Amino acid sequence: MIEYYLVAASSFARDIDMVFDVVFWSVAFWFTLTFGAFIWLIFKFRAKEGVPAQYITGEEKSQKKYISYPHFAVLIFDVLIIVMAVRVWYDVKQDLPPADHTVRVIGQQWAWTFVHPGPDGKIDTADDITEIDELHLQVDSTYHYKLESTDVLHSFSIPVFRLKQDAIPGRVITGWFKPILTGEWDFQCAEICGIGHGIMAARVFVETPAEHEAWMQQAMNQQPGQQSELQLAANAATVGE
Amino acid sequence: MAESAEVSHAPGHDDHHHEESFWSKYVFSTDHKMIAMQYMFTGMAMALIGGFFAYAFRMQLAFPGMDVPFFGTVSPADYNSLVTNHGTIMIFWVAMPVLIAAFGNYLIPLMIGCDDMVFPRINRLSYQIFLLSAIVLIASFFVPGGGFGGAWTSYPPLSAKPEYNLTPLGATLWLVAVALEFVAFLLGGINFITTAMNARAKGMKLYDIPMVIWMIVVASILFMASVGPLIAGAVMLFMDQNVGTAFFDPDKGGDPVLWQHLFWFFGHPEVYVVLLPALGIVAEIITTFSRKKLFAYRTVLYTVFGTGILSFTVWAHHQFIAGVDPRMAHVFTVTTLLISVPIAEMCFVYIATLYGGSITLNTPMLWALAFIGEFLIGGVTGIFLGASGADIYLHDTYFVLAHFHYTFYPIAIIGTYAGFTYWFPKMFGKMMDDRLGRIHFWLTIIPFNLIFIPLFFLGAAGQHRRIYNYEHFPDLQGPLMLGFTYQDFREIATYSLLVMLGAQVIFFYNVIKSWISGEAAGNNPWKANSLEWVATSPPPHGNFSEELEVFRGPYEYSHPDRDEDYWPQNEPA
Repeated sequence: MIEYYLVAASSFARDIDMVFDVVFWSVAFWFTLTFGAFIWLIFKFRAKEGVPAQYITGEEKSQKKYISYPHFAVLIFDVLIIVMAVRVWYDVKQDLPPADHTVRVIGQQWAWTFVHPGPDGKIDTADDITEIDELHLQVDSTYHYKLESTDVLHSFSIPVFRLKQDAIPGRVITGWFKPILTGEWDFQCAEICGIGHGIMAARVFVETPAEHEAWMQQAMNQQPGQQSELQLAANAATVGE
Repeated sequence: MAESAEVSHAPGHDDHHHEESFWSKYVFSTDHKMIAMQYMFTGMAMALIGGFFAYAFRMQLAFPGMDVPFFGTVSPADYNSLVTNHGTIMIFWVAMPVLIAAFGNYLIPLMIGCDDMVFPRINRLSYQIFLLSAIVLIASFFVPGGGFGGAWTSYPPLSAKPEYNLTPLGATLWLVAVALEFVAFLLGGINFITTAMNARAKGMKLYDIPMVIWMIVVASILFMASVGPLIAGAVMLFMDQNVGTAFFDPDKGGDPVLWQHLFWFFGHPEVYVVLLPALGIVAEIITTFSRKKLFAYRTVLYTVFGTGILSFTVWAHHQFIAGVDPRMAHVFTVTTLLISVPIAEMCFVYIATLYGGSITLNTPMLWALAFIGEFLIGGVTGIFLGASGADIYLHDTYFVLAHFHYTFYPIAIIGTYAGFTYWFPKMFGKMMDDRLGRIHFWLTIIPFNLIFIPLFFLGAAGQHRRIYNYEHFPDLQGPLMLGFTYQDFREIATYSLLVMLGAQVIFFYNVIKSWISGEAAGNNPWKANSLEWVATSPPPHGNFSEELEVFRGPYEYSHPDRDEDYWPQNEPA
């Protein structure tokens, strides 16, 4: 259902969509049934001249079953949903498949800094490529992210990946994702982080290996840090408006 | 327990119909009914402020950058402050005072058949502290730097450090106001529990207590049991803000996530604190207007206790993606989904009560039925968020926002209107205009759905909360569905809000008109069973002219042994 609005651009996006769909159909079934009975009863038992209401205590077993049987059914649906949700959660948040690449993601008021590995394929080396508000990824590679914050809480959320994780100052949180479609998409900071929260926009670029190589060459030739400072200044100016 | 009725019947209390000055009657009153009205109208005035804030930020969302009439341009700082204080006001200064304090104060002594609360002066103090808290909150909007804008959840470090939130005074005053408000409700809660348990009329056993009173008592217990950690948290946050401690500051060894636990350990039971009184109000109304006994009274009561206990075990579902240990999500998914069982039970019981009834669709009944219908939507959409796997995507989107408005709106607004229109004849001795009431109902309930249904879709499509201007996000501008764009949906929500806010004029007009020139109500216009309908309308100071004795439960409607279709609790067999 989510895919109607947004492409499923990561390997686990479909799984999360499936949890959504299972919940949707379970509750749609229940809601229609309950709401239908509710509306039907209101019309069926409208006050009529000379027809008194019935005296039903609801304390007898034969009467109680009308609320206890639906309960068991609710429980069964609950168990189904719990099993689905827990399995997907395990795969996305608890399990950490081996990484092809690692990126460092740093939230600050009010921009994202992405430290990409350079040609050596590792971060925290001299050839790292640092970009502000632009995340460049190679399609079909498994990424680990190291999520940090320098000031307040932020949340790293890429809707097309169905990915979300809060960034907490003082911690480095590791997670993973694997882009499976090429393209470029917006993403928003998902945890209120001060007056610039609304402009903390970033963009993710998922590229083919060739495109990614080209981007890397181009980025290496740029003066390091120059673009970053310009971007930060632009953000500050927008907030000041 | 029933023997303890004389606690409230202090000697000489029945014959004190002396003249009172304006001040002692309306301002410094210790009469539970006057304090209830003070809470009720303060809550409604705060609702107007909260509604005005919603108007201002929804105008900004629909027409970014516009000069909003009666407000002006909404800057990012204004926007954050508006959404923060809209949430804070609607929960702490509308739902709490109206549902617990106003209805609790008004109904408990009248429905259990005593003359006042057992601690009338504590009761007065409770309102005075509450009023002070409201004044402090309103003052926080006007201090240098403006009102606090760190969301109603007030997560540190943003809320803890002025250099991050840029509202040093606003943040502190906000926190002081919330803390004062908790003190007010702690005092009120002591009173509610003690009165309901100790001052009941002769013969009223525990199972003869009307459901709304039980619900208010359980809600008060939940509140008192959950608020401690948050008050501790508030003191720590205050010290972090003003004294330089570092409870939540990671640079000096603190932990910001600690606040989230303290906040939500209170914050989730808080949902049930306001939900239960609303459910109780609905129980009274649907039994009266379907002329039916409440289905399975005892089962409902045990379910309420069960819900209360379970509500303490679900808080971390607000923190699935907040950086807590991922294994914790499994536990909280299970507890969260389990709470759907008692809540579904409550809905089933109410629906079962309608079966075989003789249903009159007047204004209070429409509100009560609307509560059930709308709350069902709120309930089922909560399942999406309780399922950890789906919450990864939905967390902090408009889906969450739409979901909790489908729970809080039925509670705070629909529940209030249901109770207010049902007990208006008792409160003011006049009938409300039913036709105006029904027009007001439809003009509120239809726009309400048109505000929040579009927001479900925006949320499912990936729009996050608390962003003042979506023009910065090209992907959130294009087509959404059915030929509408994202922006069209934002505008539909805003236009619907305008209609809904406008319709409230009808309500206030109806209240004033009925109060002045409504038809006289008599003691028991709805032919209901519970004890408040024995008192004159409005009840005098001291409530009842004689001591009451109770012979049966409050829901003996359409009993086969009787010609009348109701059987007041105090009528001898």
